[in-house]
Amino acid sequence: MKKLKKSALKILNLLRIVFVSKKTPIIFVLLKETIFSIEKMHANNFTSMHNKTFTRYILAMATCWVLLLSSTLMAQDKADVAKGKELYAQNCATCHKIHVNATGPALKDVSQRRTEAWLIKWIRNSQSMIKSGDPIAVKLYEEWNQTAMNSFPDFSDQDIKNILAYIDEESKKEPVKATAAATQTSGATTAVVADSGYTNIILGALAAVLLVILAVLLVLTSLLTKLLKQRDDLDEADREIVESKFDLAKILGSKAFIGTVAGIIFLIVAKAGIDKVMDVGMQIGYAPTQPIPFSHKLHVGKYEIACQYCHTTVMKAKSAGIPSTNICMNCHNAIKTGSPNIQKIYSYIENNQPIPWVRVHNLPDLAYFNHSQHTVAGQIACEQCHGEVKEMEVIQQRAPLTMGWCIDCHRQTLVSYTTKDADGKDVLNPYYEKLLAFHKSKGKIKFKVEDIGGLECSKCHY
Amino acid sequence: MENKKIYWKGFEELNNDLEFVKKADREFPEFLPIAEKDESGNTSRRDFLKLMGFSVAAVSLAACEAPVKNAIPYLNKPEEIDPSIPNYYASTYFADGEYCSILVKTREGRPIKIEGNTLSKVTKGATSARVQASVLNLYDLARLDSFMKGNQKIKIKDADREIINALQSVSGTIYIVTHTIISPSTKAVLAEFTKKYPSAKVVTYDAISAYGILKANEKSFGVYALPTYDFSKADVIVSINADFLGTWLNALEYSRQYAKTRRLNKDKTTISRHYQFESGMSLTGANADYRVTIRPSQEALVVAHLYNEIIGGLSIPAISDSAVVEKIKKAANDLKNAKGKALVVCGSNDVNVQILVNAINNELSSYGSTIDLAHPNYTKQGNDEEMAKFVDELKGGSVGAVIFYGTNPVYDYWRGKEIAEALKNVPLSISLADRADETAKLCKYICPDANFLEAWGDAMPCAGHYSLQQPAITFIYPEGTRQAQDSFLTWAGSKTTYYNFLRSYWKNNLLKVTDFENAWIKALHDGVFETTSVAEDTKIVFKADVNAAVSAIAFKESKGKELHLYTKIGLGSGKFANNPWLQELPDPITKATWDNYAAISKAYAKELGVETGDIVKVTTKGFSFELPVLIQPGQQKDTVSIALGYGHTDIGKCGNGVGQNAYPAVAMKGECLVYASDEVALSKTNKKVQMALTQTHQTLMGRGHVREAKLAEYTQNPKIIREKYDVYIQTSEGPKKPTELTMWKGHEEAYNKNHWWGLAIDLNACTGCSACLIACQSENNVPVVGRQEIVYAREMHWLRIDRYYSTDADTNDKSIAGYKKMEEPSDNPEVVFLPVMCQHCNNAPCETVCPVLATTHSSEGLNQMTYNRCIGTRYCANNCPFKVRRFNWFNYTNDEKFTTVNFMSQSDLGRMVLNPDVTVRSRGVMEKCSLCVQRIQEGKLEAKKEKRKLKDGDIKVACQQACPTGAIVFGDMNDPESEIVKMVDITKNEKKDIVANDPRAYHLLEEINVKANVTYLAKIRNQDENKKA
Repeated sequence: MKKLKKSALKILNLLRIVFVSKKTPIIFVLLKETIFSIEKMHANNFTSMHNKTFTRYILAMATCWVLLLSSTLMAQDKADVAKGKELYAQNCATCHKIHVNATGPALKDVSQRRTEAWLIKWIRNSQSMIKSGDPIAVKLYEEWNQTAMNSFPDFSDQDIKNILAYIDEESKKEPVKATAAATQTSGATTAVVADSGYTNIILGALAAVLLVILAVLLVLTSLLTKLLKQRDDLDEADREIVESKFDLAKILGSKAFIGTVAGIIFLIVAKAGIDKVMDVGMQIGYAPTQPIPFSHKLHVGKYEIACQYCHTTVMKAKSAGIPSTNICMNCHNAIKTGSPNIQKIYSYIENNQPIPWVRVHNLPDLAYFNHSQHTVAGQIACEQCHGEVKEMEVIQQRAPLTMGWCIDCHRQTLVSYTTKDADGKDVLNPYYEKLLAFHKSKGKIKFKVEDIGGLECSKCHY
Repeated sequence: MENKKIYWKGFEELNNDLEFVKKADREFPEFLPIAEKDESGNTSRRDFLKLMGFSVAAVSLAACEAPVKNAIPYLNKPEEIDPSIPNYYASTYFADGEYCSILVKTREGRPIKIEGNTLSKVTKGATSARVQASVLNLYDLARLDSFMKGNQKIKIKDADREIINALQSVSGTIYIVTHTIISPSTKAVLAEFTKKYPSAKVVTYDAISAYGILKANEKSFGVYALPTYDFSKADVIVSINADFLGTWLNALEYSRQYAKTRRLNKDKTTISRHYQFESGMSLTGANADYRVTIRPSQEALVVAHLYNEIIGGLSIPAISDSAVVEKIKKAANDLKNAKGKALVVCGSNDVNVQILVNAINNELSSYGSTIDLAHPNYTKQGNDEEMAKFVDELKGGSVGAVIFYGTNPVYDYWRGKEIAEALKNVPLSISLADRADETAKLCKYICPDANFLEAWGDAMPCAGHYSLQQPAITFIYPEGTRQAQDSFLTWAGSKTTYYNFLRSYWKNNLLKVTDFENAWIKALHDGVFETTSVAEDTKIVFKADVNAAVSAIAFKESKGKELHLYTKIGLGSGKFANNPWLQELPDPITKATWDNYAAISKAYAKELGVETGDIVKVTTKGFSFELPVLIQPGQQKDTVSIALGYGHTDIGKCGNGVGQNAYPAVAMKGECLVYASDEVALSKTNKKVQMALTQTHQTLMGRGHVREAKLAEYTQNPKIIREKYDVYIQTSEGPKKPTELTMWKGHEEAYNKNHWWGLAIDLNACTGCSACLIACQSENNVPVVGRQEIVYAREMHWLRIDRYYSTDADTNDKSIAGYKKMEEPSDNPEVVFLPVMCQHCNNAPCETVCPVLATTHSSEGLNQMTYNRCIGTRYCANNCPFKVRRFNWFNYTNDEKFTTVNFMSQSDLGRMVLNPDVTVRSRGVMEKCSLCVQRIQEGKLEAKKEKRKLKDGDIKVACQQACPTGAIVFGDMNDPESEIVKMVDITKNEKKDIVANDPRAYHLLEEINVKANVTYLAKIRNQDENKKA
């Protein structure tokens, strides 16, 4: 016990010197008091009254610590379904749906199927898990046609937990029916709002509890100090501690405190600044008002018109092509001719003016992007970059369209070197013969875009 | 055998001028006037305001949302146009006597590039610098957007009414003044016009006349036309003042034919021999095996002496210069030995001299082999006599109306001043020029013709070959321009449009088939139509009277100074002087841009006490003008050469006031124009300009870069080139090749994955014509920087053609005369052209010094330049041993300093010419040849999409495609079937590295082991072996 007391005091003093010079903040005093009292109790055969007081005291202390810890944990767990939703929409939604399989598996109740640790590892870097031979990972990879899931090394644990929380939340809901989509979406939004309200109430309650505890502790401390002051068997050092006055001004004025606060503020500002700078020109969710409120949801979702029907050059050229009015007229010279929005098309034609659509996906001029390269040579689905267009009432940007995003995909995506022959069988595209032979000689039958120079500057910049 | 030849780019280098040495030492000149400071050197108020403006703009910009961009589709998309997919239209270029069958590349309906049409049997896909640059003329800002009456705009309808009224009431002759027309349908249109107005006459003249040849052919064979030459069949070529690789007649075709005879490979071990007698150094002279300088007045004598050597019997004065006599004898000897495979051409415009040339060719049995008169060529038809008569009549006042169709005689006819004066008194004068040029602005009406890329037309460059011209864009000014033929038809009262006229002309005269529609579509698609029925190979009978011709020639060797007028490969006759690409094209010989000058020999310069850049007053025929002097090695020592085509006053902002107009110095001698004069005097002024010469920019610091040998020694021992030039490094284990001593790991693994791009350049086939340079500029949006920036050595061309002179002195000649020759090595140097672009080094020195990895290597052997990563340290350019990197000192796209010269990226109209697949670079970044990576990527993608292997020839880089001689070959060095592999004989060694086995193959600076992916084939000259002393 003596040893314990000594080392505890030593640590406390050390901390005090480091932190507040001479003066001990209240929490250390409390901690020290606890140890001190236990030791005293042991040494002096305390009376039952004493005993009682100290048991209560210790109980209070314990509760306080437990409460403190659990409240932070709870806050973390519950807080951010909303944030999870945002992350999900940006990063997962292009390939995953909650209730049905898409490019990737349905995610309903995924947190019950797998452990959280496994999921975190998987989302961070699924490739390395497959390589390391994790049985579930390998099985998944095989099941899903050896399609690798993108890695998200930049996600923090908290981010992933947020996403999982959002998925859990969504899993509880019924699958969305296409016809009732509109109401469902707004319902979901309300749910999210309700969610965040609930979290706030919990947080408020916790804060209140903490304040009460703090008050109680303060009272306790002053009581204890008074008690100790009356005793005369304290040695020099202890007395000093007991008699030291709590001086808030001094703590606030201390260099360490100012330094810490300044540091924290700096970090927050820097983080916000960097985030903002990284966001410059990023337009995820950019959904400008178009001159005619064309609904992709209606045309693609309900009537299932193929993308190429209007974006005629998406399979053969650099630009996908914004449809000219004569394409609109293929149908609308007969359909819904009375609608005021369709009338707008007529007036554009009559005035000999093209429709000034607002461009949603803006790549900088210095980046060369060719649609046909991705749709034909790469055999990528439109949704992979453009998101669930068929659910968009107003077309909006889903992918960040940053170079990092491009590069990530080039790092992950396997080159689709096969093509269908007349019988629908997979045959090798002769262009890739040499490349395949090369990679086979290295013991690989699959290779990624990066392996054939997909990360080289002049592939996109010239 | 040691190589003792000295190579030098200019006198500065040869003499080791202090200025040159200083400049050569550093990559960038010391004086960098970028910021405009006030006189005291302080920041001016202007700069302060600029900075403040920038800060305010930057702050407000940062506060703004990203601007809304629109995606505007077609209202009604034309079926054949898909955004971002280029369309090609076959068409025809004809200007200045230069015919070329072309393909026009259009993007979203606007022409952006010209390529050669490989289906044409005449040009076979070749292009020239002017053809390549012609696309920019379409977007020329000086073009008129309206019909003009005096200085007032006038509606087409009103102009037509007034003109028709005036034409009907005119008394006196109506003259239509035109250059050569090779369009049969246009001739029919003019016939239609003359039918309506019987007093109308068509006068044809050419700024650079070939009337002498035409007339001589008429007298000799009864054919008033140029013959079709075939240089490819010639073993011995003798040219007297004919720049047949540069500007003489159909140089484009001749270049290709000539290069064919100059190629060397496993199967072809001989090359033609070429003698050139000339006054100034021309592109052709630079390529000759033997070049002799003669005075312009000696031209006729040389031809006559050649005649005497081959046929004999003329009594003519002797030539005073023994060197010339000796070479004439030698040439005659070679010609006689190559009978049937010989060709003599002469640039003289004297009928009698040309009759002598015809007689020589007749004697050598050239007709039927190297010269084809059965298929006459119609690209020059100008009649000097008629033109002179017209000017006389114009002055006499008997002309009622004159229509200038595509001509600007006030500028480019020697009596331009008289025409300008006389025009005032002509009741009706109309110009169909597309701008208010020197002649048009004096006319009562200007009815702007369409650009050739907007208009219909056809052409018959030579018998049996027809080609069509179709619009590649709708009229840029539909309300203000009209195709000239339509104007003539309207004025002739015809209701038909020229398009219908053209179709019916072809239907009735050319495509006489049952299914006309399909035949027409095929002809339009191919661009050309060649008649299957070849004209009868009539026996050519020479019937001219040689003695009469000789007696008509006044053989007189002048003793004083002489003037020699010529045209440059860039500007030609000066019609396109407002084209900044052409103005900034370095002349292949002098490397001068943005100027003409008086080229004189070093001896004459010494005599005058002038240096390059000193301004002299040139007086000839009683008028004078001031020009800077340029000391030209290889210039005849008493001759001054001055280029025509400069000195415009009303061609457009870009071309106005560049150089001096030398056309008034042309003279009429007998019935023909002569482009030389023996009365000229130069006098020194005290003025001086700094000429915009690129010749000593980007020097390789005297390291070996040219490899050459003589045919005789090469045939004897093909390894001679390697023995002579290969560099070894001494090590403790004996001499080693630089490639064997390297710290680089090697790139073979990456390069052997799929493609390994390379370029091969045959120096024997390269004539230095510079078509590649303009093609590169057009393909890659290379900016024009203007005269002053060239002076600062800041040209932006990605590809330059180095021109090296080497002394012609025989180092083994130990006689006194031999030593004397060595003293004056610059009198008649040999010339080598070396096109240099980024060498795409495998061990690239530029890559290792870039601090931000903006220049990196691809796995296909390309040295990549990433503009958006570049921060402009210029370390790479400093470390580049080939000096091929170019730095954007300014924002050429919006700096007002460059508005005039760089209108193609500073105006909405000009910007239409930009290639949308290539980024326009901004200030502060480095750029260089990318090996047309946009074309490589496109070719690969097409192969992937079509699920096939990439074939050799799928991808052609711009310089390769433009090259008329096929000297540049691009390809995949991993593909054993590719042309490049066969051309340089590439095999792989045990490390899977490439080895170029051709005995002529070499890389620049092999000794520093940068391992370039550009391979050169050494130049072989067909000269006799040196006689050992």
